[in-house]
Amino acid sequence: MTGFGETLGQALWLILSGDADLWAIILLSLRVSLTALAIATLIGLPLGAALAVGRFPGRRTVITIVSAMMGLPPVVVGLAVYLMLSASGPFGIFDLLYTPAAMIIAQVVLVTPIVAALSRQVIADLHTDLAEQLDSFGLRPLARIPTLLWEGRTSLMTVVLAGFGRAIAEVGAVIIVGGNINHVTRVMTTAIALETSKGNLTLALALGTVLITMAIAINALVGVLGARARSGVPAHA
Amino acid sequence: MRDTGQSFTGGDARALAPRARGRTLPLVARHLGYSIDGKVLLNIPDLAIHPGGPTVIMGPNGAGKSLLLRLFHGLIQPTQGEVRAGGQPLGPATRRRQAMVFQRPVLLRRSVAANVRFGLRRAGLPRAARRDRLDALLAEGDLSGKAGQLATTLSGGEQQRLAVMRALATAPDILFLDEPTSSLDPAATQAIEDLLRRASAQGTKIVLVTHDPGQVRRLAEDVVFLHRGQMAEQSPVDRFLSDARSAAARDFLSGDLLV
Repeated sequence: MTGFGETLGQALWLILSGDADLWAIILLSLRVSLTALAIATLIGLPLGAALAVGRFPGRRTVITIVSAMMGLPPVVVGLAVYLMLSASGPFGIFDLLYTPAAMIIAQVVLVTPIVAALSRQVIADLHTDLAEQLDSFGLRPLARIPTLLWEGRTSLMTVVLAGFGRAIAEVGAVIIVGGNINHVTRVMTTAIALETSKGNLTLALALGTVLITMAIAINALVGVLGARARSGVPAHA
Repeated sequence: MRDTGQSFTGGDARALAPRARGRTLPLVARHLGYSIDGKVLLNIPDLAIHPGGPTVIMGPNGAGKSLLLRLFHGLIQPTQGEVRAGGQPLGPATRRRQAMVFQRPVLLRRSVAANVRFGLRRAGLPRAARRDRLDALLAEGDLSGKAGQLATTLSGGEQQRLAVMRALATAPDILFLDEPTSSLDPAATQAIEDLLRRASAQGTKIVLVTHDPGQVRRLAEDVVFLHRGQMAEQSPVDRFLSDARSAAARDFLSGDLLV
């Protein structure tokens, strides 16, 4: 049996040598997760901001639901999206099951509540400081949203990065709706699960190394941006 | 609908002037009251703020000075009575002709210039005209050299000066200021007062809350004195300082502790 050190060495060589299969999986993972993140951000940021500054009946309930949805079990989301997209489901006619589009939809469902709930907290705190001044400028609550989003841009970037971390590391939902089809829907997490079960630890470890490197990089970026937000230095400074 | 009937001055000696002098004046409070849970915090049967030099609202802590300012500016709604501006009920159109500066400067996390530009945009100034007016306002506020600096990194006095300039960027008829110099040193206070004098001379009505008799002497044309949520008196500044009518004002000016 090959030792861990030797396997790790082979895995690193696989990464550095530009192995086509490995990089195809990495690039598909990034395409799926970044697209899902973009959609979730477009929905989640305005939703979070509206929940932070809007006042309407049932607001507290909506906030509670959105916050609770941050902890959605990925396999349950995968199952729900599967049922929606399957041939007998309401969206079966679009024939999206076992495509990257289905995986994007599942990740959007998982990431949007994270972006919405965390951005709501960021915007609510900011609104406490700025509400009276913005009111003085004649901005009604919903009209303040663009200003608040811009004022909170540094903190909101950390929110978006947290959403990306959730998307890129997710396995349960994408394996159900994507099917882990080679060169079609195989992403890093599903490939790691498969290759490990097959005993191909070199590829699994190579993908795991890339995934962990991404996670560390994202966390480092979140840390830097968070520190900038706390010190009031803008992201572009 | 935004009033665009008047042109802004820009890049000239009247950078601090309002769009159309006095349109939303006089500012009149009629049977104005504000209560919370049955406790009356403010009760002003009749008060008018007229065009002219600065009006200072004075009184001890808890007298209702800041509350009156917020009611005049429409930041909170009275529980009884009303505020009328230039004969009109206080609404979005009349409020757009007012601006307010708070005790603690509330600045956007942007550059000095971007903060002033925010005020210019709120005033509906066309993009082409904004640059000239921006330059003029920064020069008036002695902030031209710091235009690109992050606003929150300015000193306390500079931050408050920027808050005043951003408010004046909207070319308001009335500028409310809630103890704008309470945490500033004499030099920074003087810079703010100089700005307010110039704005007042160019036609902006200044309504300022303070409990500093020295500031009343330096700035005010007339004084509204509040005590325990009631208007004790409204007088021209000379008479107020030399011969205040109300016992509360006399006690306050003589240094007695008003409770």
